[in-house]
Amino acid sequence: MTAQPTAAQPPAWLALSSRALDAAILLALFVAVWQGLYAYAGDSAITSPLSTLAYASDLVRTSSFWGHAQATLVAFVYSLVISIALGVVLGLVLGLQRFAGDVAEPIFVALYTIPKVTLYPLILLIFGLGVSAKVAFGVIHGVIPIILFTLNAVKNINPVLLRTSRAMRLTQWQTVTTVLAPAVMPELITGVRVGFSLTMLGVLIGEMFASQRGLGFLIVNGISLHNVRMTTAVILIVVVFAIAANGLLLWVDKRMRRGAAGAV
Amino acid sequence: MSRQAAIGWTRVAVIVGFVAAIEVLCRLKVINPLTLIPPSEMASSLWELIVSGRITDDIAQTFSTVAIAFALSVVTGFILGAVIHALPRVRRAVDPLLASYYSIPFFVFYPLLIALFGLNTIPLIVIGFVFATAAMVISTLNGLDRVPRVMSKTTRVLRMSSARSVWFVTLPAAAPYLFTGLKLALAYSFIGVIAGEFILSGGGLGFSIAYAYNNFDNQTMYALMMFVLVIATVMNGALHVWEQHMMRRRTRS
Repeated sequence: MTAQPTAAQPPAWLALSSRALDAAILLALFVAVWQGLYAYAGDSAITSPLSTLAYASDLVRTSSFWGHAQATLVAFVYSLVISIALGVVLGLVLGLQRFAGDVAEPIFVALYTIPKVTLYPLILLIFGLGVSAKVAFGVIHGVIPIILFTLNAVKNINPVLLRTSRAMRLTQWQTVTTVLAPAVMPELITGVRVGFSLTMLGVLIGEMFASQRGLGFLIVNGISLHNVRMTTAVILIVVVFAIAANGLLLWVDKRMRRGAAGAV
Repeated sequence: MSRQAAIGWTRVAVIVGFVAAIEVLCRLKVINPLTLIPPSEMASSLWELIVSGRITDDIAQTFSTVAIAFALSVVTGFILGAVIHALPRVRRAVDPLLASYYSIPFFVFYPLLIALFGLNTIPLIVIGFVFATAAMVISTLNGLDRVPRVMSKTTRVLRMSSARSVWFVTLPAAAPYLFTGLKLALAYSFIGVIAGEFILSGGGLGFSIAYAYNNFDNQTMYALMMFVLVIATVMNGALHVWEQHMMRRRTRS
């Protein structure tokens, strides 16, 4: 990374505490910027960090908030499950069928970069207003990265592993469960992590555009009703949830990779 | 026929077959015309829209907004990436931030940006910029990390000035990664701006699609959707071809 040779490793607890210090400084910077924005724009546009925190902690004690949170979570869980199932199966099939995979991969890469928001009216016309439209929209966002990561993991699998499994006369099923699955697992977890974030993005955008329920609706509704406190507090809750979930998946990701590196 | 050509033609056949299947299903009324109109009708109604000049303003607005967001994010992302790369301590601190950056559903900030800046193009530029910049930062860091150590040593041996070594060695060596950054920044600023227009705005292509949807104007809606998807695909395709061309030149030299 850097030109200088790295000095002797500091003890673990020191490294950990300096990392915590870095995180604290970042967090303080972030809060300062937020406070600055508040000072610049005032109560009509954004609420201060402290009052947002107070309002958010009141909000999570109300049952109406949990009604909306539940609407979002249900749609999110459905779309995540469908995205993972569909993405892993398609990725495995396309990864094992070389020709089909080479045909399909650039199509999926292109689909990944188009603004899928524009497809939302089509989804609404097919599924109608409601939870199924949100789920479908979450899936079209989340499934593509999972397909791509799985496909590449299977395609780049060490051929020795597959040859060994043939030499040991493993059945197709045994090969998939004992060789293929553990080999692609780290990549798969990365795919699921990216898919997780994009599925959530899809569900929230769906709620922001056309919905009467859910956290995305609360955010947009807060602006329409000039209830800025509501908007800021819900955004804070959503962002904290997203970062926490991603942090957890990153941790699993790292452990998986370390495990995989140790095994090979 | 080489394998590469076979793959290419199969891909074209798959896409053409898909569009043709939709066309047939729509013509046979298997798909309700209130749900989806045939692709040929989308194309003809798009052609009418373009010729009549009704969407010229929206196109101009969307593309100028995307262009501003893209330019800002590339310049800022590159500078930030270079600065972070030069400061290992800062880098260690922001690495977790960059790793979880795209897990944040940024569009939830869009209504807040409207409250902050008003209902104009500034929130759109900001959302496109915020969405695209991190991709450029990450790509810049990747590129600078992968400049071979031997190259920077050679520049020192040759006693090149730092400006010359950056221009002649570091930048060309990092170019493929920077190009990836450009590609992602373009796609992300486009997605950011269109999504913002779609959720809440007063003009632009995303707004027009949402407006047509709310007025049950399927002809206009599908024509515009087709336009956005075709433009995005052509843009990405052109960048992909350019990248391949650049890679071939690098491997030859």
